[in-house]
Amino acid sequence: MKDIAIVSFAQSDCRRDAGACNEVELIMPVIEQAMQAVGLNNSQDVDFTCSGSCDYQQGAAFAFVMGVDALGAVPPIKESHVEMDAAWALYESMLKISMGQAESALIYGFGKSSPGELPTVLSQQLDPYYLAPLWVDSVSLAALQARVLLDRGLLSEQDMAAVVARSRANAKANNPHAQLAGDVSVEELLAESPWVAPLRKHDCCPISDGASAMVICTIEKARAWGKPYAVIRGIDHRMESHNIGARDLTRSVSTELAAAQAGVDRGPVEVAELYAPFSHQEIILSQALGLDDSTEINPSGGVLAGNLMMASGLSRIGEVATRIMSGDVRRGVAHATSGPCLQHNLVAVLEAA
Amino acid sequence: MQYAAVTGIGQTQYKARRGDVSIAGLVHEAAQNALDDAGLGWDAIEAVIIGKAPDMFEGVIMPEVYLADALGCSGKPMLRVHTAGSVGGSTALVAASHVQSGTFRRVLTVTFEKQSESNAMWALSNPQPFSPHLNAGAGGYFAPIMREYMRRSGAPWDTGIKVAVKDRLHGSRNPLNHLQMPEITMQEVEESPMLWDPIRFLESCPSSDGACAMVIADEGLAKEGPKAPVWIRGGAMRSEPTMYAGRDEVNPQAGRDCAADVYAQAGIDDPRKQLDCAEVYVPFSWYEPMWLENLGFAEEGEGWKLTMDGATSLDEGGDIPWNCSGGVLCSNPIGASGMIRFAEAARQVRGDAGAHQVVGARTALGHAYGGGAQFYAMWVVSVDK
Repeated sequence: MKDIAIVSFAQSDCRRDAGACNEVELIMPVIEQAMQAVGLNNSQDVDFTCSGSCDYQQGAAFAFVMGVDALGAVPPIKESHVEMDAAWALYESMLKISMGQAESALIYGFGKSSPGELPTVLSQQLDPYYLAPLWVDSVSLAALQARVLLDRGLLSEQDMAAVVARSRANAKANNPHAQLAGDVSVEELLAESPWVAPLRKHDCCPISDGASAMVICTIEKARAWGKPYAVIRGIDHRMESHNIGARDLTRSVSTELAAAQAGVDRGPVEVAELYAPFSHQEIILSQALGLDDSTEINPSGGVLAGNLMMASGLSRIGEVATRIMSGDVRRGVAHATSGPCLQHNLVAVLEAA
Repeated sequence: MQYAAVTGIGQTQYKARRGDVSIAGLVHEAAQNALDDAGLGWDAIEAVIIGKAPDMFEGVIMPEVYLADALGCSGKPMLRVHTAGSVGGSTALVAASHVQSGTFRRVLTVTFEKQSESNAMWALSNPQPFSPHLNAGAGGYFAPIMREYMRRSGAPWDTGIKVAVKDRLHGSRNPLNHLQMPEITMQEVEESPMLWDPIRFLESCPSSDGACAMVIADEGLAKEGPKAPVWIRGGAMRSEPTMYAGRDEVNPQAGRDCAADVYAQAGIDDPRKQLDCAEVYVPFSWYEPMWLENLGFAEEGEGWKLTMDGATSLDEGGDIPWNCSGGVLCSNPIGASGMIRFAEAARQVRGDAGAHQVVGARTALGHAYGGGAQFYAMWVVSVDK
């Protein structure tokens, strides 16, 4: 894969319920913002457009079709869609640029989770014959994973609460789009009663409505546009077995593989944005990526501060890119996940130009 | 751009209901057939690209998560494409981009639909907030557009019937097909019930279970396979909104642009002359004459003449046979239907299409469309690199 430049990123506020706002109305503002940042008007000004979304959030087949209305796709455009987090739409777009069929691309992800009960909806992504009929929701599966970690003494409830306290504080300090932010102590968090034991409600990401968008291009084009940019130096993603009983839930083997392939250890990791929907998963992911105290983890607060399902992975990459473009850091790692208990993981290494 | 070629093709038996296999069993069957065809084991695959139409067709959300084991994906990259009915074609193109970008040397791509698990008509028609309820399904949606084509072109009323018979006769040469109707007649189609005027029951595609898979490899690996590589000479996708002022729904701009793009890549300026055959997404009979015009095989308003003259018929010795496999009118596992077109084009070029082979075929078009005839994916494949 070629080195690719991220030239702009925009995300909406994470809101528990966007009300009567439909998907197009969620998408349009972030696309406009991302495009205007590089002096572009609409999808006519890029060579390729790719999005990520999930039909079941909206409760309609072809939820993404109306999204095309947000693009200005007349005359027709080169466009594609993944039924995955938009981080994978970025991956598809990078292939398109690397093969030489495009020099620039618009990527966006969106999700309006408020009309349904997201954890229950996600139970229907499990094996349809043996697991989905049991309606095992995503929070319960994560709770099983946390239980394994606690029982083996690999982490404590204090460790989990510390992740949450840092997320809230970082969100308050750095993230105007956050849904949950503030100053809370580990003691206050541990005083709360369990929700789906051993998880307390604050160990779980909130449910949010919103969208995010990004513009990428070749390095040559980024230079020609004359705007600051971050370089995607490596990207890789790996799948694991769906059979949860066959996996070591205390590790993320797929993240380890993707990190090695993306070249995470080829330089210092100043900042990392990890898609950890549950507090204990941030610890699993940090270990899989080989991160230590020298890395600032989830300065935005991560998805514990707001989770735009189907856009959060792209937003993690955007958060790191934004920090590089502003000159705050020179090298960082971003991560996206999909499936129950971190089944599928993507890792991207971003550097300053 | 790196060269890429199809080196393995696998399909399942298409049926109304494949009760003998799970969804995982269905996709595994197609994938295993493709690997066998390419003379490869699972370890030879670096990444898997999967596609299907809406998740509601089976009721499994993001099914790549569940299908990871059936497709040997543990420890590998896996990507799920969804571009409506065009997805079978789009998925093949996204898979090809994994190789053409130089990122991977050999990938597996699989598409499927197991329509018997659910009801596509329902899945397409559940009511939406802020929108009027269109309880139409695909046939009801496209019927007025076909009626408009008839009005504009003045085509004979039985053009659609001719297509329905022609594709079923082609299809009877292909043992994989869901519908096997070797004795079908014009009268039988005419007397079948009217579903969505002008579309009769026998002018419509069936609902099928099935999966299709291909192995796509780079130049070096493609030459190692047991069968001749089928080179991807061009690939293109286009999208436009479902509705906009001045949109021509009969002859959509996105389809014309997509065809122009893929022909330019493949060095084609007269598709009827330079292509030996085409596999085109025709789910309702009248879409053959409409796509003949949209894809540049005929002037606007003249597509029906090719159909009525037998130009697209293998049985009548036509010069540009369309859908020799029987097409979507004989088997329609929706998410796979586009990839079946792409794969059947490759089979023709490879010369192993069995009883529906076009003798001497060297270059062929694969086509898929979806949504409100607004998403397009096409490729041109050839024996020549």
